[in-house]
Amino acid sequence: MNIVVCIKRVPMTQEVDLEIDADGRGVNREPLAYVINDWDNYAVEEAVLLKEELGGDVTAITIGGEEDEEILRRAMAMGADRSIRIDPGDRVMDSYVVSRVLAEVIKGIEYDLVLTGVQADDDNCGLVGIMLAEHLGLAHAAVVTGFTADGNQATIKIELEGGINEVSKIRLPSLLSIQTGINEPRYVSVIGIKKAKKKDLEVIELGDLPLSDEDLSPRTIIEEVYLPPETEGAQIIEGDPSKVADEIIRILTEKGVNV
Amino acid sequence: MSKMGDIFVIVEHRKGEIRSITFEMLYKAGEICKALNHKLTAVLLAGKGQPFASDISKWADTVLVFEDDRFMDFDSDTYKEVINRLILQQSPFITLIGHTSWGMDLAPALSVRAGYPVATDCVDIIVEGGRPKAIRQTYGGKAFSRVSFRESPGYLITVRPGAFIPPDGAADRQANVVMMDIPSDLGPAKRDFVEFVDTAAGEVDISQAEFLVSIGRGVGEKENIDAIKDLADKMGGTLSCSRPIVDMNWLPKYHQVGTSGKSVRPKIYLALGISGAFQHVAGISGAQTVIAVNKDKKAPIFRVADYGVVDDLFSIADALKEKIKG
Ligand SMILES: Cc1cc2nc3c(=O)[nH]c(=O)nc-3n(C[C@H](O)[C@H](O)[C@H](O)COP(=O)(O)OP(=O)(O)OC[C@H]3O[C@@H](n4cnc5c(N)ncnc54)[C@H](O)[C@@H]3O)c2cc1C
Ligand SMILES: Nc1ncnc2c1ncn2[C@@H]1O[C@H](COP(=O)(O)O)[C@@H](O)[C@H]1O
Repeated sequence: MNIVVCIKRVPMTQEVDLEIDADGRGVNREPLAYVINDWDNYAVEEAVLLKEELGGDVTAITIGGEEDEEILRRAMAMGADRSIRIDPGDRVMDSYVVSRVLAEVIKGIEYDLVLTGVQADDDNCGLVGIMLAEHLGLAHAAVVTGFTADGNQATIKIELEGGINEVSKIRLPSLLSIQTGINEPRYVSVIGIKKAKKKDLEVIELGDLPLSDEDLSPRTIIEEVYLPPETEGAQIIEGDPSKVADEIIRILTEKGVNV
Repeated sequence: MSKMGDIFVIVEHRKGEIRSITFEMLYKAGEICKALNHKLTAVLLAGKGQPFASDISKWADTVLVFEDDRFMDFDSDTYKEVINRLILQQSPFITLIGHTSWGMDLAPALSVRAGYPVATDCVDIIVEGGRPKAIRQTYGGKAFSRVSFRESPGYLITVRPGAFIPPDGAADRQANVVMMDIPSDLGPAKRDFVEFVDTAAGEVDISQAEFLVSIGRGVGEKENIDAIKDLADKMGGTLSCSRPIVDMNWLPKYHQVGTSGKSVRPKIYLALGISGAFQHVAGISGAQTVIAVNKDKKAPIFRVADYGVVDDLFSIADALKEKIKG
């Protein structure tokens, strides 16, 4: 089973105060630390598990700058055989353009399965995977939590709402957007990442791909990014933990919960 | 028969029932239609004899029904094919689809197929100068963005579940139900439905609990869960959690609160180290009182909680244990 897995490097935004950048259309990403998108980490693990079980190879791809190669090396340390970085230069891309560019490169690779994450932790769009499937003309499923290969098809689990899963059979080749929890991503050591440096990492310039201006023109435009108003929301309980605990117990009692 | 100006809502149903996201979209679409004098069309793909059309006939001006046993259960391939042809034929101004597992599989592909731009998981829709704009959240709810579209004959928007709760009396239309021809050249499905399985059932039913002590990724390590379990036991509460705790196999699935877990309605929901992503807070809309403890004063959970504590969850847990003991 030859597998292509699309991955993205995203900023960690828990416990940081986001700032809107000067043009008001994004957040200031400079002070933020970056990691592989959580969903993509599960997708890489799934690709590697399938390769270990069934043979074949795994190619990891990202569209991003040089600094994003870190997640490609990480994917190779987990077991991907090779990786590709597509350099966007200074192009502004939306999900449509990202999926169109990925399709152009993946077209030239031999694969049975393409995996993406369900969504990226920064834009929370949940678009690139299934858009890519459509560009490539593949059968697809979103929010996948299980995969068992069975000849030229596979039995998959699709997560629905309320704890319900749908079991379906899908033709291969297909594209699946992978949901967290499908497996337990392996630990990646610093030494593992260093060793992976020797593996094959190809860089493709956007300009070298046969894409027209139309292919590369975004369908959506972010007009403004803003932070939610500070006024709304919870009444903050101030004080040291002991005082806070008293207040929580008072609220519990008031609401009819006996502790 | 150009229907330029129409707003389409794609009806979502499962296991023989219309899902509430459908009514939420119909309500929002109805509001836009009232403001702009547009017509509201519900698009229904269903199996033979599924009596959904009458359920929604008070919510739309037209219900277009595609009835065929191939449409009994959702299948992105066939649904996409039928809806794409309909859209290209009728050019609806806006088409609304739920931001659900189902919609996440349909809308992106439909957008590429039809050539209509799409914005996902929208919490509001504005129409300005003849074009829609979508308000959506990014960074797990820490920021908002306003998205506009490149000019197109029509636009797709997926709607966040729970964003538009219809008030009583919102269903005030009378629909014309139109049976549509099924395209005769639909290709074979690339996906075959096998069955539904319930993964959330288990020893504890958190949906019945009166007091939930709920942990999120902020708990840090698996080993730390015991301390919180102990707190819950001492306080007579039930332990629940956010999704990452289940993903990491730290707790079984039946503890999970949220869209893909359980909806809960306790008197008190005490959220410890949970950021407040929409998929989580959608599960606690029935809680009477939410108290959130989080180190990050900008965590989105504080926008839905009644009471907030900006502190380390373990300090608060320890202090609570002290008080209960004494
Ligand atoms: C299709 C789909 C379905 C999903 N279904 C669900 C679902 O049903 N339920 C669900 O929960 N999620 C669900 N999610 C995932 C959801 O999007 C979030 O990723 C998830 O809810 C985040 O969990 P969290 O808040 O525990 O973790 P994080 O977002 O990582 O937040 C951890 C929080 O802990 C705080 N913190 C850290 N350390 C401490 C400390 N010592 N003391 C106090 N606070 C601390 C941090 O400030 C942060 O706010 C779903 C996602 C998708 C795409
Ligand atoms: N720049 C990118 N490079 C490679 N893959 C990407 C990129 N952006 C998004 N993806 C993939 O598409 C998925 C969904 O992203 P999104 O549509 O942005 O929420 C991610 O989990 C990745 O697998």
